[in-house]
Amino acid sequence: MTPRITTKQRMQITRQAMPEQDAAARAANFLEVNLGLPERLALLEADRCLQCKDPRCMNGCPVGVNIPKFLDLLTAGKLAEAAQSLLCDNALPAVTGRVCPQETQCEAVCVRAGKGLPVGVGYLERYVADWAREHRDQLPQTKPQPTGKKVAIVGSGPAGLTAAGELAKRGHDVTIYEALHKAGGVLIYGIPEFRLPKKIVAQEVERLEEAGVKIECNVIIGRTYTIPELQEKFDAIFIANGAGLPVFMNVPGENFKGVYSANEYLTRINLMAAYDFPRSDTPVLNGQRVAVVGGGNVAMDAVRTAKRLGAKEAMIVYRRTHDELPARAEEVHHAEQEGIKFEFLTAPIEVIGNDKRWVTGMKCQKMKLGEPDSSGRRRPEVIPGSEFILDCDVVVVAIGTKANPLLTATCPDLKLNKWGNIVADENGATSIPGVFAGGDIVRGAATVILAMGDGKKSAQAIDSYLAGVSKPAGVCAAV
Amino acid sequence: MAVRVKLVVMHRILAKQILSPNVTRLDVHAPRIAQIRQAGQFVIVHLTDNAERIPLTIADSNPETGAITLVIQAVGKSTNELVALNVGDFIRDVAGPLGHPTEMIESGHALCIGGGVGTAVVHPIAQGLKQRGVQVTSVIGGRSKEWVIFEKELERYGKVVVCTDDGSYGRKGFVTDAAKEILAAGKVDIVYAVGPVPMMRAVANLTRTFGVHTIVSLNPVMIDGTGMCGGCRVTLGGETKFACVDGPEFDGHLVDFDELQDRLSTYREFEQRSTACANGNCRMEKAAAALP
Repeated sequence: MTPRITTKQRMQITRQAMPEQDAAARAANFLEVNLGLPERLALLEADRCLQCKDPRCMNGCPVGVNIPKFLDLLTAGKLAEAAQSLLCDNALPAVTGRVCPQETQCEAVCVRAGKGLPVGVGYLERYVADWAREHRDQLPQTKPQPTGKKVAIVGSGPAGLTAAGELAKRGHDVTIYEALHKAGGVLIYGIPEFRLPKKIVAQEVERLEEAGVKIECNVIIGRTYTIPELQEKFDAIFIANGAGLPVFMNVPGENFKGVYSANEYLTRINLMAAYDFPRSDTPVLNGQRVAVVGGGNVAMDAVRTAKRLGAKEAMIVYRRTHDELPARAEEVHHAEQEGIKFEFLTAPIEVIGNDKRWVTGMKCQKMKLGEPDSSGRRRPEVIPGSEFILDCDVVVVAIGTKANPLLTATCPDLKLNKWGNIVADENGATSIPGVFAGGDIVRGAATVILAMGDGKKSAQAIDSYLAGVSKPAGVCAAV
Repeated sequence: MAVRVKLVVMHRILAKQILSPNVTRLDVHAPRIAQIRQAGQFVIVHLTDNAERIPLTIADSNPETGAITLVIQAVGKSTNELVALNVGDFIRDVAGPLGHPTEMIESGHALCIGGGVGTAVVHPIAQGLKQRGVQVTSVIGGRSKEWVIFEKELERYGKVVVCTDDGSYGRKGFVTDAAKEILAAGKVDIVYAVGPVPMMRAVANLTRTFGVHTIVSLNPVMIDGTGMCGGCRVTLGGETKFACVDGPEFDGHLVDFDELQDRLSTYREFEQRSTACANGNCRMEKAAAALP
């Protein structure tokens, strides 16, 4: 049989660009920046995949999505089957299609990246996932055989939701406990609307609830119930309670009015809808000159949010250079397009306030890059005598988080590392049999997809622990 | 057809009592919290998606009826909406119990000082101390007679001295005046003080001269109450602490009260706008209505 398309023809197709909202317009609204590929472009892009016999992209994916398979089904016009294949591998594809750092994962190892640009796996994942959201009735709804085993999941962020989906499709009775009043964890309180619309998170949560997952909000494990108490009621537990406490710079003036942790700034705006004050009751200080300290995805989210809230100048203050920014390339690129200012090689040493203790600026030092440190990145070194004042009226500190002790302090048998993170093996098993952990409480601050990878691996380990011989059903049926 | 199991635990208001002109007591059904709460702990209450999350200390509880007692001073839009609820109404979100339980002594004499709505926070502390066999003396105060709350309840645990600023009830003067006499008269092993920041600062300054360990309960601006936002940070002996997970009770001799009071003023202008809008005096809304 002659193939529909030859490898040579595939190679001739250039990478399709993601349509975006105009940079000037989007810098003043909270609507999604990426608009999604239209059908014609999606099919063209999917044809760029060479359908490698030994696909490296799958190994680059923390949740092991069978990328060539869903792309092949997509190009064959079998959208329902493509969606089914994708959803079986990945519980939250509409989320990861938007927030994954594909350029360091699947797309980084794509064969086509060797000569030219890799297949736009993220764009296509989003395309298929969005189709699935719109056509839920076309996906199989078979229920798995109940196993009678009960699993508690602590936290409804990406790790918890992924584990819940995996366990539910194997017939286990899953209850998620969420400390906040809404499910989604960092997907709800942290990642802004313009990158991940809240409606999409809500739909993904609904899909899990339809699969039988129970979600109980306003329950703080470590306070409302402890892990030993949950052990009495559940056959296994997965702890995915997240990054916890914000880290501050520990410089003078950090408690002046106008200094936020990124967690607080983003939570006020995303979860509590402070952008809509006074229609919503929670306010946020609208800075005219907002300085965000840090260079990760959270820093990019905060600075782009500040711009959208009307800041005349929204800037990143980072002690290394553009090349060392840990944020996704796309976020940095979008930030630059939106007029975000970057103060590289700059480290704050003091927050300056006026006589009423409102922030008026930061005293900073200029840095230069020295020899590589243990992380392999060149270590920033202070340039003596380079102090200067950076004018700003709001400071957002986005330099990381550390483990929250609420849960672990009430579960003395749980082994922790010296930073207070839970010690877990590659399958999420902790020092307590039947108790698994994953996501940021194990890793320290990482990414959505790594947390999801942990959720998936732990769910499989929990299934084995529960002596599960069940075959996944639901969306995985007959794939 | 897929059936979604949606767990929505609502919290019914079982009793309501107006305690003073802007202070209301609500007994709310929250059986798990009622069962396990300890003195000094708080809950976060949240009414709707657009409402604020409000931290409130648990003043009392009844494990049999499943009720927790919340005492609310109506100061802004969200607290006004909360006290407008009636018996039979529901509160959507009640999360807790949060914070560390009160550090208690096991014997001796404790002086419990409450100012205004803070008196309700002192109540569970005095209750817990009495249960341990500690001798409790309470000094409570308010601007005038109608602002004095929880007098009868505190009398169950020991002697109560009432002070009012204008002398309309009890003795005239500040709680610190009465506390000073008690500290001078006999042995006090520990002082607990809860009230407005200036009152707690004055008590801490007073007890420092007597060398008596003093615990205060702080109520800074807070969003999640679980340590995530860091908005509730306070300085304790030069070190930053989060009131929600490290407190809310701290050594009063170490608290930077100036900073606490200052940080509490961060959103004052917003609160006025929010309340004005709630009362139909919103300039933005009016401007929008005036558009063609």
